[in-house]
Amino acid sequence: MSANEPQQFEQIVLPHLDAAYNLARWLAGNDHDAEDIAQEACVRAFRFLGGYRGGDARAWLLTIVRNTAFTWLKKNRPQKVVSISDDELQEIEDQTGVVGAFHGADKDVLRAALEALPLEFREALVLRELEGLSYKEIAEIAEVPVGTVMSRLARARRQLQDSITWKGAV
Amino acid sequence: MNCAEIRLWLHAHVDGELDAANSFEVERHLKTCAACTAEVKSLQSLRTSLRAGDLSFRAPDSLKNDLCQFVREMGKEKVSREKIDWQWLWKFFAFGATAFALLTIFLRPAGISQRDELLDEIVASHVRSLQAEHLTDVVSSDQHTVKPWFDGKLDFAPEVKDFAAQGFPLVGGRLDYMNGHAVAALVYRRNKHFINVFVWPTTGVEKAKTESRRGYSIINYETNGLHRCLVSDLNPTELGDLAELFGK
Repeated sequence: MSANEPQQFEQIVLPHLDAAYNLARWLAGNDHDAEDIAQEACVRAFRFLGGYRGGDARAWLLTIVRNTAFTWLKKNRPQKVVSISDDELQEIEDQTGVVGAFHGADKDVLRAALEALPLEFREALVLRELEGLSYKEIAEIAEVPVGTVMSRLARARRQLQDSITWKGAV
Repeated sequence: MNCAEIRLWLHAHVDGELDAANSFEVERHLKTCAACTAEVKSLQSLRTSLRAGDLSFRAPDSLKNDLCQFVREMGKEKVSREKIDWQWLWKFFAFGATAFALLTIFLRPAGISQRDELLDEIVASHVRSLQAEHLTDVVSSDQHTVKPWFDGKLDFAPEVKDFAAQGFPLVGGRLDYMNGHAVAALVYRRNKHFINVFVWPTTGVEKAKTESRRGYSIINYETNGLHRCLVSDLNPTELGDLAELFGK
């Protein structure tokens, strides 16, 4: 037992509560489930405080949120969690066709498009664009190679570009 | 490098994740490729929209409150747990100390334990002998009187010598019990100090060992099949002189 876990929790976990909730919310897709997941993740973080070895507290917490969310989703929505095969990734890497140029989009359209993305693409894009994490940090959180992070981001963006160009390009 | 190869890298380029060499390659390609340049602009525009779109969710107050409550409870729980821990710690140490004491008493090397008992018994016999006129059963400074007195009372023949000339006059002798056996106790005197010399048979050989117990000096040694134990309130050096006279 470390000296003062409640105090540590307030210093390490609580400052990143918004980030934790944001990731949980984007993965869960609704407020209620997001709150459950974020809360469970924070309680887990409290128990894992002894395993926190310094470094980026937010990335550490987001890893716990991510794992909590995927565990929750596999249990509650098994059909939504689909692992992306390497073949599918290969498909995007070969794809060089012209896509609609993106010139901006309405906030709601953007949000809807992001929500429509496959879970792992959405996760990568949220961590990259909304949380501003590096490829390396995303790779550690999602437990995939950095190359896979790059592929997921590329595919996620392409899908966003496509859907927004179709549905609501300004 | 063609567009197919570079397309994936454009993302890393936009994300600022390419190393200098690859970044240079991409830049060089972009100068000659309108399609890829357009893609880069599209990606940058998408990024701007995503970041400007206020798409992040903020933790609801209910979650914050729940977690603050959780922390407070864990704090209390921790405090009470610490109390229990201290109780257990205290019990643990108390138990440990008791166990250690018991182990020390029962499991310490038997030789040391017996040694302690022997020394205690020697001192007790010496002290007892000085009380109530029990110092000697046969009072004589004549070694030829004392030695025969032991005959028939002991299953061994203690050597009895008078060392009056050396400052250790023989006072007498008596029977005593040591280690559950009858032993010869020879009494000498050095000025006003009495000296008990316990003698009993042994098969061992032991060099003279001077020890101290409750203010008394004790010298034990074993030679020629006899154990001699000298005990007195005399200083160890003078007691050693007597032991020398016995030919330790």
